[in-house]
Amino acid sequence: MSPANGAFSANGHVVIVGASLAGLRAAEALREGGFRGRLTLVGDEPYEPYDRPPLSKQVLTGRAAPESTALPQVSGLDAEWRLGTPAVGLDLAAKRVRLADGEELGFDRVLIATGTRARPWPNPEEAALDGVITLRGRDDTVRLRDELAAGPRRVLVIGAGFTGSEIASACRGLGLPVTVTERAATPLAGALGGTIGTVAARLQREYGVDLRCGVSVTSLEGDDAGHVRRAHLDDGTTLEIDVAVVALGAQRNTEWLRDSGLGAGPRGVACDAGCRVFDMYGIVTDDIFAAGDVARSPHPLFGFEFLALEHWSNAIEQAEVAAHNMVHGESERRPYLHVPTFWSFQFGVSIKSAGVPPLGEQVIIVQGSADEPRFVALYGRRGRTVAAVTFDQGKWLEFYVNQIERAAPFPPQYRNVAQPESRQVLQAEFPDPALPTEGPMIVRTGHSPTERAWTLMPARGGRR
Amino acid sequence: MTMRIVVDLNRCQGYGQCVFLAPGVFELHGEEALMYDPGPDEEQLIPVVRAAAACPVQAIRVERPGEQA
Repeated sequence: MSPANGAFSANGHVVIVGASLAGLRAAEALREGGFRGRLTLVGDEPYEPYDRPPLSKQVLTGRAAPESTALPQVSGLDAEWRLGTPAVGLDLAAKRVRLADGEELGFDRVLIATGTRARPWPNPEEAALDGVITLRGRDDTVRLRDELAAGPRRVLVIGAGFTGSEIASACRGLGLPVTVTERAATPLAGALGGTIGTVAARLQREYGVDLRCGVSVTSLEGDDAGHVRRAHLDDGTTLEIDVAVVALGAQRNTEWLRDSGLGAGPRGVACDAGCRVFDMYGIVTDDIFAAGDVARSPHPLFGFEFLALEHWSNAIEQAEVAAHNMVHGESERRPYLHVPTFWSFQFGVSIKSAGVPPLGEQVIIVQGSADEPRFVALYGRRGRTVAAVTFDQGKWLEFYVNQIERAAPFPPQYRNVAQPESRQVLQAEFPDPALPTEGPMIVRTGHSPTERAWTLMPARGGRR
Repeated sequence: MTMRIVVDLNRCQGYGQCVFLAPGVFELHGEEALMYDPGPDEEQLIPVVRAAAACPVQAIRVERPGEQA
């Protein structure tokens, strides 16, 4: 450790902007790494860091209380908290973070972990109707839980990504009639591709979901009291509903960095493989770090393409790398090499993934059967294995993580337990990346670290 | 006073030891999907600590009541 880093570790001030999973884990990792200086966590919500995955599952069904999702914390964190006060600006030259209440926090090093928020319904008047809800935080969950407890005639879930599918699953668990609309040909198409998405579609229908793919909701209509009652679809049908859950993916919380001079924009905050943030000229900064959903960084395992990973494990592992690199000199820095992994529980099935399925062009079921559905599917790109997805076969995933790390040949050459009789290579059927999707959770954000402005090309024959 | 629990569900493989040891806190939906109460009452402390210790993949993290500084 250089003397400069020694002094920083003893007396420095770290500000962590974002008091969620990544922010908390970074704070813990800084202390574990010997940082004894001042530590401040800034959060826009008034709550201590809490865990989000239970919100769309146990909390919605009433199995767990919203406030019970507070994350365990190590003792001796010795942090100062600024909760309920969002950061509104970062001054690179003066090394200060500006908060919404006017306070300015000077820092020696800062971690940007401001995450994402739910993409709102595009029509603001319709979005303001009672019963139109997006789900991201604790307060959203309380609103949705209360709407569901009121016994709606029908719940509409707009968008069949993971969040939308889990909400639909929770609704069916409560015995509520649910319609799910999805613009793509299947649920989970952006995350897993249409071929595996077909299995998810069958699951939804078996659980009594009225699933409608290839359609879009064109408008939501309220009653005189301003509560949503009807949804109009682009195939001409009208649905009678009492709740509309908008599950159209996430937007990155980077607006507060607009004038900071950092390489931050709608795709996220660009950083190097060691979590150090690029400025707007593509020059790496020394004292600004990023981690979690908001960060996009070049991944050595996937051609150094910049990826933004909206995963629980990414928040933890990237926060640990950022914290390590904050307190260590350049010869001891660590790259972020974590193979992306995530899970989703829906309709009684555990879906797990490793690697980057949207990079896959082809898919093959190597163990089990999609009919049950209990299987392992591998995704391949140009002859190498880039991802694995399991349905109720989580125990095998570690083996395939190893295959992905080694860039193993695709299709695989080895034999497997419970190998299907014919191992047919299928097209993965990911939607055109030019079309905005419901949120694949791994967003391929290109190769340029400096790209701040970007234009979404009009969808080819697409619709909202 | 409640405790706080978080399970690393990437690591969890649905062995179900926790479901046997602390049935009021952990439950399986289907074969492998683990649902749990992240903030159970203090009377669940001993079952939960046993469940965390017995987890074959050590995926359960528990903060006991009053443990946090």
